Amino acid sequence: MEKFVYLDHAATSPLDPRVFRVMQPWLTEKFGNPSSFHSPGKEAKDAIEAARLDISKILSCRAEEIIFTSGGTESDNLAILGFARANSGFGKHIVVSAIEHHAVLEAVVQLEKEGFEATRVLPNSDGVIDPESVKAAVRPDTILISVMLANNEVGIIQPVSEIGNWLQKKRGEKQYPVFHSDACQAAGALDLSIEKLHVDMLTINGSKIYGPKGVGALYARKGIRLQPLQFGGAQERGIRPGTENVAAIIGLAAALALAQKEKDQESARLVMLRDKLIKGVLETIPKTKLNGHQSERLPNNANISFLDIEGEALMLYLDAKGIFVSTGSACTSASLDPSHVILALGKTPEEAHGAMRFTLGRSTTSADIDYVLEVLPPLVAKLREISSVKL
Amino acid sequence: MGDVINTCGDENWFYSETVKDHFFNPRNFLKTENPPEDFQGFGVYGSPACGDEMKVWIKVDPESKKIVDYLWKTFGCASAIAAASICSEMCLENSGLTIDEAVKITPQMIIERLGGLPPRKIHCSVLCDKALQNAVRDYLSRG
Repeated sequence: MEKFVYLDHAATSPLDPRVFRVMQPWLTEKFGNPSSFHSPGKEAKDAIEAARLDISKILSCRAEEIIFTSGGTESDNLAILGFARANSGFGKHIVVSAIEHHAVLEAVVQLEKEGFEATRVLPNSDGVIDPESVKAAVRPDTILISVMLANNEVGIIQPVSEIGNWLQKKRGEKQYPVFHSDACQAAGALDLSIEKLHVDMLTINGSKIYGPKGVGALYARKGIRLQPLQFGGAQERGIRPGTENVAAIIGLAAALALAQKEKDQESARLVMLRDKLIKGVLETIPKTKLNGHQSERLPNNANISFLDIEGEALMLYLDAKGIFVSTGSACTSASLDPSHVILALGKTPEEAHGAMRFTLGRSTTSADIDYVLEVLPPLVAKLREISSVKL
Repeated sequence: MGDVINTCGDENWFYSETVKDHFFNPRNFLKTENPPEDFQGFGVYGSPACGDEMKVWIKVDPESKKIVDYLWKTFGCASAIAAASICSEMCLENSGLTIDEAVKITPQMIIERLGGLPPRKIHCSVLCDKALQNAVRDYLSRG
């Protein structure tokens, strides 16, 4: 049988069949437009409002604080662009971590073109953003801070609740700065309670938590002013116009509920497999380095640099063996620059070019890890034989 | 009507069968640390920090000035490895190119032989012709 060892769950996860079953009627017979006043429309409207309520319970927030979007990118964009544009009268400075997803970083670049200023806070060598660095970057004209809950490349969990707690106290009765966190990678492993995280905005999406692609949500605390990114009808209170993706929204709520319900048990399982993989690679393959802190990382993430090798080559050799991973690197991005995250950890460009991300998931078994550990060493050896570099 | 233009660049990156063949079964690469002593030309181009480095060693027949042996090593992505491999074949096939012919190999010729490359990968293949030119220069400088 052909091997299919998918270790790229940080890119996307398969749709959980349980979620699919919940979605199915909303793709076929229950097709009403939630904005229609007739019965099929009302039925769809009720269903997305029920989904909103379910998600709000998980986030311990109010239902009306959830805005459905087309995914993590749109939620991040709405939080960054939408907030900054609507609040520019109060300040034009933004603080973000240097290891944010591009959906945040590129939105910030756009804001800079619009006259905003940004400070990008570097992590320490373990990949952790020091809350003190964030505090030091905040200025009187700072209106927005964005630090992800867990990084997508190295999986490092960030001290979001510590930053949020500090900020709430510092702010007192004042409105600014507000705090956004991208929780797309974290939603299957960490507690998303707003009360504990002390965030004003939170991004989640479906495709990383065994839900459908093309759907996300932004939690925005009551009173937060956002300028829409698109214009049209009154859906999502006009902040996100456009006919709702009913089936996907229902799928997002179902997927999030399952992910949160199963997270402790699944995390414990994944930590064992992850550590087996990391230990196996570091012990059997010379010149390999784990990127980011050993334990303060998502249960499913192992990001390892293979020195003297360019990541894409190893990724494609693994692909030919039925193992699907991703490079933190370079050649798959249009810029050909090595990963901004690995570089931000203080690694050399050579180390960044050799970074491979293995992200485990529900389908991953111990036998899969054994297979990777069996296949990987000779492939690395072959590419090192070809390589002109001996670091 | 023209196409809608994405100003952020071309996203197509899949490789041709020829690229895959040379990537998975690279020809003529140097399997040891150093080449045999009778290799008289060495060239290097690129840098590992930038993600691609290419080294070429050549052995030239003193009479015919033909490249009779060619070895390479590369640090780089699939297209860099495939380009390095096919460039060695281009130099050695049909009893070998003369050094004058070899320095005339262009990135376009390599890309053509590879059955095309994704646009963003074209810079990778540029390395082996430059490294080869440096190897020929080194050979000539040794007299």
